[in-house]
Amino acid sequence: MVATEKVLAHPMAKFMRTDRLPWIYCPGCSIGIVTNMIARAIESLGIDFNKVVIVSGIGCTGRVSGYFKTGTFHTTHGRAIAFAEGVKIANPELEVIVVSGDGDIAAIGGNHLIHACRRNIDITVVCVNNFNYGMTGGQFGPTTEHERYTQTSPQPIGNIEWPFNLVKLAASSGATFVARWTAVQVRRATKSIEKGIAKKGFSFIEIVGACPTSYGRRNRLGDSVAMHRHLLEVADIQNGLPPHEAELEYDSRIVCGEFVDIEKPEYTEVLKAAHEKLRK
Amino acid sequence: MPERIMFTMGDIACAEGALSAGCRYFGGYPITPATEIAEWMSIRMPQLGGAYVQYEDEIASITSVIGASWAGVKAMTATSGPGVSLMLEAVGLAAMTETPLVLVNIMRGGPSTGQPTRGQQGDIMQAKWGSHGDYQIIALTPASVQEMFDQTVQAFNLAEQYRVPVFVLADETVGHMREKLIIPDEKDLKIVERKKPTVPPEEYLPFKPDDNLVPPMAIFGSGYQFYATGLTHDQRGYPSDKEDVQIELINRLNQKILRNADKIIDLERFQLDDADVAVIAYGTPSRSAKRAIREAREQGLRVGLLRLKTVWPFPERIVADLATEVKHIIVAEQNMGQIYHMVRASAGTTPVHLMPKPAGMPQLPGEILDKIKEVVS
Repeated sequence: MVATEKVLAHPMAKFMRTDRLPWIYCPGCSIGIVTNMIARAIESLGIDFNKVVIVSGIGCTGRVSGYFKTGTFHTTHGRAIAFAEGVKIANPELEVIVVSGDGDIAAIGGNHLIHACRRNIDITVVCVNNFNYGMTGGQFGPTTEHERYTQTSPQPIGNIEWPFNLVKLAASSGATFVARWTAVQVRRATKSIEKGIAKKGFSFIEIVGACPTSYGRRNRLGDSVAMHRHLLEVADIQNGLPPHEAELEYDSRIVCGEFVDIEKPEYTEVLKAAHEKLRK
Repeated sequence: MPERIMFTMGDIACAEGALSAGCRYFGGYPITPATEIAEWMSIRMPQLGGAYVQYEDEIASITSVIGASWAGVKAMTATSGPGVSLMLEAVGLAAMTETPLVLVNIMRGGPSTGQPTRGQQGDIMQAKWGSHGDYQIIALTPASVQEMFDQTVQAFNLAEQYRVPVFVLADETVGHMREKLIIPDEKDLKIVERKKPTVPPEEYLPFKPDDNLVPPMAIFGSGYQFYATGLTHDQRGYPSDKEDVQIELINRLNQKILRNADKIIDLERFQLDDADVAVIAYGTPSRSAKRAIREAREQGLRVGLLRLKTVWPFPERIVADLATEVKHIIVAEQNMGQIYHMVRASAGTTPVHLMPKPAGMPQLPGEILDKIKEVVS
């Protein structure tokens, strides 16, 4: 019998390297949702996909760039933003998006993050914060809450350290657009990613996600559905709140929204003006 | 631009060489004794429509250079030993992703902070073996201000042709000395551009090599889609943990340089034709060696110089041939003996005498002359 089954393509499949599917993520991981958000934002803006460059570092979220069917690059650990700056300055016509995890962006790449914020280069950083290093089996990282259990912060004490609040970090370092959403607030998060891409300046969007396989299991946070349901329950939408009040307490309150949207001369535009001045 | 003549220092000649080669992106971090390159670039780059970008550290500097190169712009960084130590992570990434870039190392005293204002040649092995895994780089060793210009141009040409990071390894003395520099008319300069893909985008395999083992390179925004990764990858660029993919890739990354070594290697043979003793040197000590050889010749000693202008890939065959023609080889380098080991490995049974000097003042001509007399007696 000839097969007549009609295969329905996902509407975002046109942006993806479908020959690489299924992807490497664990069942229940939030990263697939965030990949969809980025694709939807690109679709919604109607920008030329050939001019979009997607860059990741190392880790679970570090694998996102490889699934997009455009110019993509997988850097060494923590260096996605530094690489992206070189791309954007060398060719400001390109739309450069960085997507990487909390460990990549805020620990090993933390210095690059704060300096890129300060420099105000027109790139968009989407940081998936799942509170641990998932790829290596779930160790504590720069956003792991105090006393949480991970592979390297075992019972009975848990994590001795204290986490970064990435919204506060990016805002105080000079980013011109800063937002935070959870992985379940797909439409709002997609809208912020759109705004970040459209923004002429450095944009930082944190997406709080679930890692049920490692972080969830060790801290008894439930399965993927339970974790994502929890994210929705504790999300507290406070658009326009001063960024220093954008608290994140996993158990009780994750302040979500757009906290910074300011105008500041952008690096490549200032450089272009310098070129024109010197030409005269 | 027509020919220009300057009286200038090696660091500035290097920057001018880069600009003449078409470099329009400099990502760097200030460090003695390479700072003059950054300073010169900060003035000259904007004049030419390029970018001088000062990063928070050397890691960001060179990683941004990789990004700029994939955006289609010839790009470089310049630093010294401590900076190179930080950059080596990205050297591995550039080797693995076959990114054309130029890394200038104005070598100072080490290890660690060492002697920032004193020259040395202690980073020769670091350049070759610094990042983890098996890969090849190219490293050039200029010995004059003119060569700082010429070999920086050559570095860009090699980087573009072979899609590989190219080091310019200049000791501090060469970086800071002032001499006459002739910048040739731009139409007299040979400039090499990277090979672009010729197949339609849907047929493009980003890591499929041509017959020279080098894959044509698409850039961001060109309509070609590709994934470049530091992970072991197949011809599509897709990550793979398969043994055959790893072996094929690593072999090719090595062979694309080693198989073309004869075309890459540049050196100077000075009075070697009838020589019984050959001095092998590069950079500043080679200048002392030349004078020592002239004086030795005046005294009737048959001595010559093999001056290495390329240290990586190492000219094994040339040294092996030389070893059959001379009775002794003297290696004079400003370190405890690094290229010495390569010479010994290539020289068969011919005795190789090391003149080490891990300090700022190079071996003086008189010292080299004394060594020549010692080995012939």
